Amino acid sequence: MSAARLSPLNVTALALGLAFLYGPILLVVVFSFNASRLATVWAGFSTGAYRGLLDNAALMSALWTSLRIALVSACVATVLGTLAALALVRGGRFLGRGMFTGLLYVPLVLPEVVTGLSLLLLFVALDLGRGTVTVAIAHVTLAMSFVTLVVQARLIGFDRSLEEAARDLGASPLQAFFGVTLPIIAPAVGAGFLLAFTLSLDDLVLASFASGPGSTTLPMYVFGQARRGVTPEINAVSSLLIAAVALTLVTVTLLMKRRAGASLAR
Amino acid sequence: MSGVVHPPGEGGKRRAPSKRRWGSRLVLLAPALWLALFVLVPLLIVVRMSVSESVRARPPYRPQLPASLDPELWREALGELTLDNYRDLAASSLYGEALLTSLGLAFVATAIILVSGYGIALAVARAPQNWRMILLAAVVLPFWTSFLVRVYAWIGILKSDGWLNQAFLALGLISAPLAILNTNAAVVIGLVYAYLPFMILPLHASLEKQDPALLEAAADLGASPLRRFWTVTVPLSLPGIVAGSLLCFIPMVGEFVVPELLGGTETLMLGRVLWSEFFSNANWPLASAIAVVLLAILILPIVALRESERRRQEAAS
Repeated sequence: MSAARLSPLNVTALALGLAFLYGPILLVVVFSFNASRLATVWAGFSTGAYRGLLDNAALMSALWTSLRIALVSACVATVLGTLAALALVRGGRFLGRGMFTGLLYVPLVLPEVVTGLSLLLLFVALDLGRGTVTVAIAHVTLAMSFVTLVVQARLIGFDRSLEEAARDLGASPLQAFFGVTLPIIAPAVGAGFLLAFTLSLDDLVLASFASGPGSTTLPMYVFGQARRGVTPEINAVSSLLIAAVALTLVTVTLLMKRRAGASLAR
Repeated sequence: MSGVVHPPGEGGKRRAPSKRRWGSRLVLLAPALWLALFVLVPLLIVVRMSVSESVRARPPYRPQLPASLDPELWREALGELTLDNYRDLAASSLYGEALLTSLGLAFVATAIILVSGYGIALAVARAPQNWRMILLAAVVLPFWTSFLVRVYAWIGILKSDGWLNQAFLALGLISAPLAILNTNAAVVIGLVYAYLPFMILPLHASLEKQDPALLEAAADLGASPLRRFWTVTVPLSLPGIVAGSLLCFIPMVGEFVVPELLGGTETLMLGRVLWSEFFSNANWPLASAIAVVLLAILILPIVALRESERRRQEAAS
């Protein structure tokens, strides 16, 4: 589309759309600084809700549980997802390729309640005690498909002759992978890791099915509170989550920009 | 199809092809095993559970499959499998209603998202080049913030003493607060809000590719703006419309969080019914039967989505 053909109608759609998308989030952030316990009536500025968070043992433990699960599951999902992408792009044809891509696709499209239920029934059948480990397994299963998508896209656009050149110069396949391929696909692998981390930190349904007593995650805690209504504390937790994600995104964008700039300069 | 043939485009010299193949097999092994154990087997267990019988015991279903390989025990156990759960689902109006509500609300929300998302995606695609990426990022950014928080935000907005009613009362638009929270309307609002970015991305991808010369040609030939929109822009963006609608519709049918937080007791959606059968009633076989029904309903849209994505990939390469 050529530039500068925005009609007034287009501008209105855009303005309304952005207001709709950001309004609710802004309200949550603003009212997290509300002095009143009645979360929706403004009664003056206060940071009380935030100060109360640190003393909330249940919340802190849920946060810690979530961070641990997110870190571990994102690492495993990144490795498995990258391997799957390599197998799909580089493996050529292999027996069961259709099955493999099909199974990779399932967690992306299946309703979360179905995935959660099916995993829980597996854990019961295996007699695996439910806790942080089972939640992490569930999150790996969900996130590795997303990682594969991201890395696959990068691998398809990858100039294979670079790798061939390294092999011609006598590099072993592993050397060629770590010396040539990995640095080139690194931004996609990094993006996949962050996506996996965010998915894990945000997941409620899978965690509810796969967790046991003592492994309440942050979304499970927030959900339990939110069911009872809106409070400044939940607004504050939500605002912190929003801030954390925004910060991560800005960092990633800056990092990727710098990388792109550096590789252009070379 | 032959597995021996080398893929085309992979010609040239190859060092020790057999070694190379072993390497790629090893790469495949870990993810393949993971998928088999944590995707395929669990789904099979759900199907098997859905033909079991619910009992008040631990574990709460029977028959248990025998641990030994004795064919007699197996024959007996398999003989006890039953379709009763599906009969229960078909017989009770509750589940039929939940099915219709799920499909209905997902359909209405998808339609609203399509119309509003089209307006936004069109504006982004027509913005000046250097603005486009920023606008697209701005539209997609909320998708990255917590799903739960985004749904939760609407409780504060929609409840009777919430921000929307406060604003309407202050403006004199209404004289008494509207009851929106805990209705189907609130669920549709929540679904639209949560899934809007899913629509905008594929729509933008297909709108951005359109050649503006086509619209100019139509204008030169005397077509009105409205006519240009319906006969040029919309047909060309059809792949984006299909992909975006399916991306929204499929997860919405099985949605749990939105109806649970924003819906009322009468907002029965399949995801919520499955949840309560499992967690509240501890009826694992019935919950599994609902899962199988959800799968059966969604299999067609899922295949269609996969097909549309495959076609898009082929067009891109």
